[in-house]
Amino acid sequence: MSALLQVRGLSRRYGARIGCAEVSFDLHPGELLCIVGESGSGKSTLLNALAGRLAPDAGSLRYRQRDGSWLELGALDEANRRRLAREEWGFVTQNPRDGLRLDVSAGANVAERLMALGERNYAELRATASAWLERVEIDPARIDDAPGAFSGGMQQRLQIARTLVTRPRLVFMDEPTAGLDVSVQARILDLLRRLVTELDLAAVMVTHDLAVARLLAARTLVMQRGRVVESGLTDQILDDPQHPYTQLLVSSVLTT
Amino acid sequence: MSTAYNFAFLDENTKRMLRRGLLKAVAIPGYQVPFGSREMPLPYGWGTGGIQLTAALLGPDDVLKVIDQGADDTTNAVNIRRFFARVAGVATTERTAEATLIQTRHRIPETPLREDQVLVFQVPEPEPLRTLEPREAETRSLHALADYGLMHVKLYEDIARYGHIATSYDYPVLVDGRYLASPSPIPKFDNPKLDGSPALMLFGAGREKRLYAIPPYTRVESLAFDDHPFEIQRWEHVCALCGSDESYLDEVVVDDRGTRLFVCSDTDYCAQRRDAAVASEENAEAAA
Repeated sequence: MSALLQVRGLSRRYGARIGCAEVSFDLHPGELLCIVGESGSGKSTLLNALAGRLAPDAGSLRYRQRDGSWLELGALDEANRRRLAREEWGFVTQNPRDGLRLDVSAGANVAERLMALGERNYAELRATASAWLERVEIDPARIDDAPGAFSGGMQQRLQIARTLVTRPRLVFMDEPTAGLDVSVQARILDLLRRLVTELDLAAVMVTHDLAVARLLAARTLVMQRGRVVESGLTDQILDDPQHPYTQLLVSSVLTT
Repeated sequence: MSTAYNFAFLDENTKRMLRRGLLKAVAIPGYQVPFGSREMPLPYGWGTGGIQLTAALLGPDDVLKVIDQGADDTTNAVNIRRFFARVAGVATTERTAEATLIQTRHRIPETPLREDQVLVFQVPEPEPLRTLEPREAETRSLHALADYGLMHVKLYEDIARYGHIATSYDYPVLVDGRYLASPSPIPKFDNPKLDGSPALMLFGAGREKRLYAIPPYTRVESLAFDDHPFEIQRWEHVCALCGSDESYLDEVVVDDRGTRLFVCSDTDYCAQRRDAAVASEENAEAAA
């Protein structure tokens, strides 16, 4: 099976400091890849560079389009980058307030990406928005409420609905469950696992929580100081960590 | 005419700069052209953009009409008209048909415009996306990429909240199928008059330092949804003074017991119709 996203030697520096360095991996269609590592290890830098939100300093990034041809993302102009982000990709931010429009209703938030793609039928937009709210377990009766009136967990679920409504092929997620309490986290992870399977999404998810990786991801990259120190099947990494840093990470997880 | 000032108040270099901007604006319909807005002897929000465009366009043979909310006799209109009569010595008129240059705030005259007329709009906020996207760099990118899905978010919100598109003025338009533009705060009643207008329409925003244009016979489309098409205001009343049932009506409270009167907002149009009615009555009497 050929990859959807091909990353080779991707680096990003902040002056003399390293954001991420020489990262290489392939992401396959329908695969959820987790990037784990402690705070400051370059996970978010890598994710932003992958999603085109941050220009990489070196390395190549290729994306396979629907017609099977490769698109060199480094050479992509702004117009096509935005088109790709709008039509084929999604991005879920850690803080839902960054990814949502707080001053317009939940329905408009979900429908925005559809309208950006040219959908111009109000009744259909509303029906789709309502169906998606239900899908992410938000009461459709709250379709006209502002997201500011939602709880943190609901806001995050709304952001997920807003991102997935256009059925993207590839989704980037930056710690979507951080900052939420454990029971809410469990619900969102459950939801994500279901949606990823239903929609056959490929996703790259950044997390510092190894339990999230174990629950969702088939494959995991472990990062330390901007470099990938270990990569492989999630279960293998978590059960038999080879790199001393991964061993430290795994052993420092609280178990009950 | 006051000789202490250059013709039409602004110096020639400034007028040249404005004309260059206007040429560019006409060449790219709906595109907002930045210009070096000058201090004018009236406050921002009173028409500093419009007055600068008028100053750059006026020639000694022009006949100027200035309206504010359709009326020729409101403070803003009277003062701007008197200003140009004083600093440019041009003829002024209240009759739409006699004017070659019309500066307007918030209305397009009811009398159809001609090819030899220019309409100058005063614009407070040239950026239709501003309420949804506060970053100027971002709105300019959205214009460059014609990425206008955002504008429909506002219309969606209208329908979700009020059951219909409640935006009744400054209703966003797509000019020549390319640039999204603000028609300035004219009522949406006037939007259809923008489409394919024989007169050149110029827009000036003094505080925001932007000007843009809708050249003659340009396609101007008001945004809408397929199942909620664009509609203009309708009244159950006719004008109490001239009896017109096709003009834009102002609702005027006339006493403290809630009595209301509906009258044409375009004072020249209303006066012409009343004069014509009186004349035809006299003719009828003379014939009898």
